[in-house]
Amino acid sequence: MTEVWELSAAELGRMIARKETSARDVVDVHLSRIEALDDSVNAFLTLTPDLARATADDVDQRIAAGEQLGPLAGVPLALKDILCVDGVRTTAGSKILEGYVPPYDSTVVRKLRAAGVPIVGKANLDEFAMGSSTENSAYGPSRNPWDLARVPGGSSGGSAAAVSAGFAPLGIGTDTGGSIRQPASLCGVVGVKPTYGLVSRYGLLAFASSLDQVGPFARTVEDAALLLEAIAGHDRMDATSIPEEVPPYVKGLESGVKGLRIGVVSDWVEGEGVQPGVTERVRAAIESLSSLGAEIGEISLPSFRYALSAYYLIAPAECSSNLARYDGVRWGLRAPEAKDVVEMNVRSRTAGFGDEVKRRIMLGTYALSAGYYDAYYGKAQQVRTLVIRDFEKAYERFDVLLGPTSPTTAFKIGEKADDPLAMYLNDVFTIPSNLAGAAAISLPCGLAEDGLPVGLQLLGPPMSEGLLFKVAYAYEQARGPVDAPPLWGRS
Amino acid sequence: MSTYEAVIGLEVHVELATHSKMFCDSPTTFGAEPNTQTCPVCLGEPGSLPVPNRRAIEYLMLIGLALDCRIAPHSLFHRKNYFYPDMPKNYQISQYDLPLCVEGYLDVEVDGAERRIGITRAHMEEDTGKSLHVGTTGRIAEAKYSLIDYNRAGIPLVEVVSEPDIRSALEAQRYLTELRAILQTLGVSDVRMEEGSMRCDANVSLRAPGTEAFGTKVEIKNLNSIRSVSRALTYEIDRQQKALDGGDGIVQETRHFDENTGKTHSLRSKEEAFDYRYFPEPDLVPIEAGDDWIAEVRALMPELPRARRARIASEHDLTPEQAAFVAASPSSVQYFEALLASGTAARDAAVWMAGELSRALNEAGESIENARVSAADLAALIAAVKEGTVTLSSAKKAFQDAYTAGKTPLQIVDERGLHQVSDDGAIATIVDEVLSANEAEVARFRAGEEKVFKFLVGQVMKATKGQASPQVVDRVLRARLARVRVQEWPSSRLRRSEPKGSRSRRSRVGSWVSSRCRSSDPSSPSSSDRSRANTSSRIRTWAAPTWRAPG
Ligand SMILES: [Zn+2]
Repeated sequence: MTEVWELSAAELGRMIARKETSARDVVDVHLSRIEALDDSVNAFLTLTPDLARATADDVDQRIAAGEQLGPLAGVPLALKDILCVDGVRTTAGSKILEGYVPPYDSTVVRKLRAAGVPIVGKANLDEFAMGSSTENSAYGPSRNPWDLARVPGGSSGGSAAAVSAGFAPLGIGTDTGGSIRQPASLCGVVGVKPTYGLVSRYGLLAFASSLDQVGPFARTVEDAALLLEAIAGHDRMDATSIPEEVPPYVKGLESGVKGLRIGVVSDWVEGEGVQPGVTERVRAAIESLSSLGAEIGEISLPSFRYALSAYYLIAPAECSSNLARYDGVRWGLRAPEAKDVVEMNVRSRTAGFGDEVKRRIMLGTYALSAGYYDAYYGKAQQVRTLVIRDFEKAYERFDVLLGPTSPTTAFKIGEKADDPLAMYLNDVFTIPSNLAGAAAISLPCGLAEDGLPVGLQLLGPPMSEGLLFKVAYAYEQARGPVDAPPLWGRS
Repeated sequence: MSTYEAVIGLEVHVELATHSKMFCDSPTTFGAEPNTQTCPVCLGEPGSLPVPNRRAIEYLMLIGLALDCRIAPHSLFHRKNYFYPDMPKNYQISQYDLPLCVEGYLDVEVDGAERRIGITRAHMEEDTGKSLHVGTTGRIAEAKYSLIDYNRAGIPLVEVVSEPDIRSALEAQRYLTELRAILQTLGVSDVRMEEGSMRCDANVSLRAPGTEAFGTKVEIKNLNSIRSVSRALTYEIDRQQKALDGGDGIVQETRHFDENTGKTHSLRSKEEAFDYRYFPEPDLVPIEAGDDWIAEVRALMPELPRARRARIASEHDLTPEQAAFVAASPSSVQYFEALLASGTAARDAAVWMAGELSRALNEAGESIENARVSAADLAALIAAVKEGTVTLSSAKKAFQDAYTAGKTPLQIVDERGLHQVSDDGAIATIVDEVLSANEAEVARFRAGEEKVFKFLVGQVMKATKGQASPQVVDRVLRARLARVRVQEWPSSRLRRSEPKGSRSRRSRVGSWVSSRCRSSDPSSPSSSDRSRANTSSRIRTWAAPTWRAPG
């Protein structure tokens, strides 16, 4: 018999709307699964059972009163602990925000509330979203439901692990250089990095403002599309928000890929450091799409080899400024007994930030310094322009680009923790989309030779989410159901 | 001692009078309880984002257009990074190398000659909060703890940067006065320096006349009035001159002007200068000022002070100096027009505004919108002068006293008995007394010494404390002098008007003014219950009974 927590968001939403189950029951089932298993996964930093139950009860009452609610009303969600919820502690995985309770809702949370989506908890992450494994969380790493000795990826590892583990069918993450797609890939779930400006950043604790984007996690393409519909849209509180209507993504899902031109990024599929099992699963996915009628070609994107370097100048530069406000003056940690304000700033920041955050603040401060700006930040912005141009040229030939999401499957906790460069290479295939402000999606394409999930990445130009969902859905249908992680056997 | 040429550039920070802040909806009300005019955005709450205030950008554009700037079609906000507790984000959002307004100028008149001061740029930035250091001295070093008020954090500021085209403290003063008049006319700022809505930094250096190269410059920070700028520059130019003459040279540094001592002193030298790590603000998109938007804003441009001065001067036939005062600000024009509407002739209005009103405002340190004597009340006073019921000198005195006392000038006239004496009989009494007290002079006049007449007029005016109508004195005196010659004084008619009992002439003259202050007519309205509008007509009716000699 299928358990409630195994069902898709779309299915749960339909059952709740038809009163075949109640939102309250659905929430309670998920909360008890979390209670039973999260000690071993550590997906959540804060549980919000009261908030989730209140939302569920409200949904049930409105349905009982005959109201027509959205398709996700009553469907539980794990929220990355870097988005503000009014009155709920927000840590960003950092000690520096100790005790911080935001006085306002992020726009994404406001929209989730409006959609009747119960938030069951705030999910673990690398400190301020800086990392690819959640090992940089000040509150301990999350573990991969496929193998608890391995990382779930990062930085949105907690949300990905929660969705993978059956703690919630939906999750929200943020993707600055791959922080949704890489953990989605490593945990075997669907993750979407929307076009920059499609989802409001208001209430998202900024890491790198020009790259950060909020996006969905789910176990099916349809669920991810439904969740993106719920959170996307213009927001007057975010000046970089795109002032356009959000098209209905779910409506076009089934229109197929016949005649669509798909460009395989050859350097990625056969590239150096790419695990053979990853190449193999991606090749199989290409075959599958080809047999569905897509036209497959190959493409090389020369500027992309500079993308990683450019990213590691732009993101730290912006983070050095964004994180300046955590100074012990107004929120979170304040070092006691400092003799003046400068000492208070320095000691609070020294005690509050972890090593990776400090590393990036220093990198960024240096890159923005007078005399170095042109050589570093300026050059990095030029690379960004080149990446955008290479993408534009590619999209003259192809509708969608394709490659692996991550060069490898999930690695062991501690394996790369002392080698920042090896860790940074995790994001080498995901970073270009962030630099270009473009859309991309990662979805499971089977297991590698080590029995761990592999992610297939589909990339499109800005505002191509509808197209990406369509291709992903077609592939997902052809692929059939994926294996479940071993954790599903436990309850 | 050599003479040098001063090279001065001014950076003026103006707080815009928008209803909401630069990047959020919080109100900009001045003087509210600490931290009540705030929201997550201006508190720099984690996750909050700035959204630009369109009105503020349009105000900046308007300022740029008024200063003949080029409006950049593409301009940016940057982040200026530095740690400071009253700055919630530890960076300030400001325009940097791509400001909205560039390459303008402002023409000012200095000693009758036109000077063109270049405007490098006008750009937008946000204000910071305010620290309050709690302790005995209010200084940060001795403070027990500090409190921060973020009400001002995020209030829109415009910075207008001049070219180093200013050559003296006087030119700086003229430049600031004209700039303030423009800002007032545009209605984009309250430009109240006492509330900090206009602040100025001055860069000063000296060089030998005729040389092109700049000397070492000193920046004087945070000058908060036009007078302070003028004083600080005067002091600093002198200080630099002495330093150069003494062979000491100038240190490039930031200096502070002490209002109390009138001196500048060193704050920090260039070596300690900050690296602000400017970079484009990624939370904001560029300002794209298309032709349509610029045209839309340009259509809102009111008549600027320069054009207004020229128009007022020609329409009302005023001298440039008079026009300059009348047209100094929209409020002064309003005052002027209100005077005209109350029947005052343009010339008289201008003379009074540039003279007595200007003096009173300067002394009180107030601007014309807060003038304590209304245009209608001043018009009534001017009318009384015209009608001859008050002399000009009494009127001026009444005006200044009214200003200080917070009354209308005609109330002062009434209270102090400053009405002009044009009644023949009353004046004749005084004339008679003067003549009898100066018999020697009368004799000299009779002997043909015409200049003695002037002396006698002076004596009469003195006895009446200047309130007698000069024309009437002249006429009565001539008539009496003629009679004196035929021994026909005093007249019986006048004697009847004299009070009973014997009083010395001196004491009678001395009580002359005070006795006519106390009205003998119980039906006279008291000064306090008069309506301001009808003052001039009432004054005539109530003056009459006191002064008409009983017939
Ligand atoms: Zn605010």
